Amino acid sequence: MNFPAIFRKKEKPAGWNQPVAVQTHGEGDLLEVAMGPHHPSTHGVFRMDVALDGERVIRLKPVFGYLHRNHEKIAEGISYLASMPYTDRLDYICPITNNWAYALAVEKLTGQEVPERAEYLRVITGELTRFQNHASSIGFLIQEMGASGTPLMYAFREREKILDLFEELTGARMMVNYMRFGGCRVDASSAWLDKTRSVVAGLPGFVDEFETLLRSNEILMARTQGVGILTPELAINAGVTGPMLRASGVNYDIRKVDHYGIYDRFNFRVPLGDHGDVYDRFMIRMLEMRESIGILEQALKEIPGGPVMDPKAKSRGFRPKPGEVYGRIEAPKGELGFYLISDGGPNPYRYRVRPPSLINLTVLEDMCLGADVADVVLIFGSVDIVLGEVDR
Amino acid sequence: MLGEGILKGLAETAKNFFLSYVSPERMTTVEYPEQRIAPIEAARVFPFLVYDGTDWQAGMRCVACQICEKECPPKCIYIEKSKEKKPDALGKPQFYPARFDIDISVCMSCQICVEVCPFEAIKMDTVFELSTTDRFGGLLLDREQLAKPNEYYRKIHATEAAKVDARLAAEKAKADAKAAAAAGGV
Repeated sequence: MNFPAIFRKKEKPAGWNQPVAVQTHGEGDLLEVAMGPHHPSTHGVFRMDVALDGERVIRLKPVFGYLHRNHEKIAEGISYLASMPYTDRLDYICPITNNWAYALAVEKLTGQEVPERAEYLRVITGELTRFQNHASSIGFLIQEMGASGTPLMYAFREREKILDLFEELTGARMMVNYMRFGGCRVDASSAWLDKTRSVVAGLPGFVDEFETLLRSNEILMARTQGVGILTPELAINAGVTGPMLRASGVNYDIRKVDHYGIYDRFNFRVPLGDHGDVYDRFMIRMLEMRESIGILEQALKEIPGGPVMDPKAKSRGFRPKPGEVYGRIEAPKGELGFYLISDGGPNPYRYRVRPPSLINLTVLEDMCLGADVADVVLIFGSVDIVLGEVDR
Repeated sequence: MLGEGILKGLAETAKNFFLSYVSPERMTTVEYPEQRIAPIEAARVFPFLVYDGTDWQAGMRCVACQICEKECPPKCIYIEKSKEKKPDALGKPQFYPARFDIDISVCMSCQICVEVCPFEAIKMDTVFELSTTDRFGGLLLDREQLAKPNEYYRKIHATEAAKVDARLAAEKAKADAKAAAAAGGV
């Protein structure tokens, strides 16, 4: 679509994306602003030390650690099972996928088998989580653009239905503590599955509504197209994963690459972006929501009966044999991995989380250089982070 | 046409605005203190100790094995084992907790104590209106405050309690049969 000149982005001055050292600025020419830690657009407590030349960002230093809760060290002092509820609190928007990644890592360590039904339940809850994460992250992004409330509330209306399902299944809306090593904690009743089917049947309507509301909105396009471009080369070099990497056009989805769980049974596509700008990241999330609905429909149709826990699994006196593993999944925000070293004791010798939010955040300065201050908020929002996971 | 997307979006908002007055599924507000949502069976807030019968000290199922204390992620349980033993539901002499404290200001409602308990002694409560003006003593519950009858457990978690009762009854029947066989043998 061709916009009139006033809507079009101003041409970037030559060398806007060059390293800071190349540009010449005298002492006192730059205005240094600390955005945050309590800025409403930071999704938590996060500070960006921005150096501005007029409206233009010359330097940006992300400062995090305000929400540091010592997750990794705590986990080294308590048993393997006791770390499970703590993983809920990493990325508190999608606790199910955090549980899943941790359970997967420990199952790799012990070689436990997961029953069929539990795998299906993991996929169903995991994809519901992905859906609500993408919906609310789009809502937050649009809210940061200035559309305060409407799209976010539409997203939250849908998220509420999904959280109600989680509450009925696990007893808590967000701190679900659902997965166990070798299965899931509780089985889903057939009433719950029917309820989930009816919720999933309503989801495509919501995505349609969301798309009519936002996709062709001229203000949104003018604000997001060509803003915060992340080149595929930089994305790969920086280790960026998830929707952000795919928005840059790199075909990398751990569900397809790794085939963890039972994802090779489902028929779904991996949407890819073209430009790697904020609009592409927004659209990738929109398209991934549709693919998630497809996976959910297949999983809800095929879910078999049977147990949800490996009968050999035990909750007390759990001691895996010595060894080290890295288990990873495609969390809604990117590659979420858990690296564990066991020395044969009841608690891990080393426990490390590879958080997608933190690693996706490392390219923030590269995306923001040369952009306006107002766009920094947008670019930051399009990374889709949760500070609980960044700081751990 | 420029502005078409905005108008389409506004039409969507208008639709939602009108639907929010007529569609019953949109009117979800519950006036909390007067109206309440029916509690969910899987709900979990803070743990309590189950006892059988009417006397909480005699019927306490907990045998102070301290597994929950060891497994508790935030370490909010404190147990002191008794010196002497008392008979449990099966008539076997068992230790009991001389002290059993849960600091619910630390507890994170993860339900791991319930899962690891081999004696079905600790379960999750669904009471959530627990505000107090004393943030230290008022939130540190001792065994008397934690003890609740099995009937209460049946009321809040009906399906789960039925399973637990069946399992305990089967154990008791087995123990009784064994005792009877032993008595008959003599």
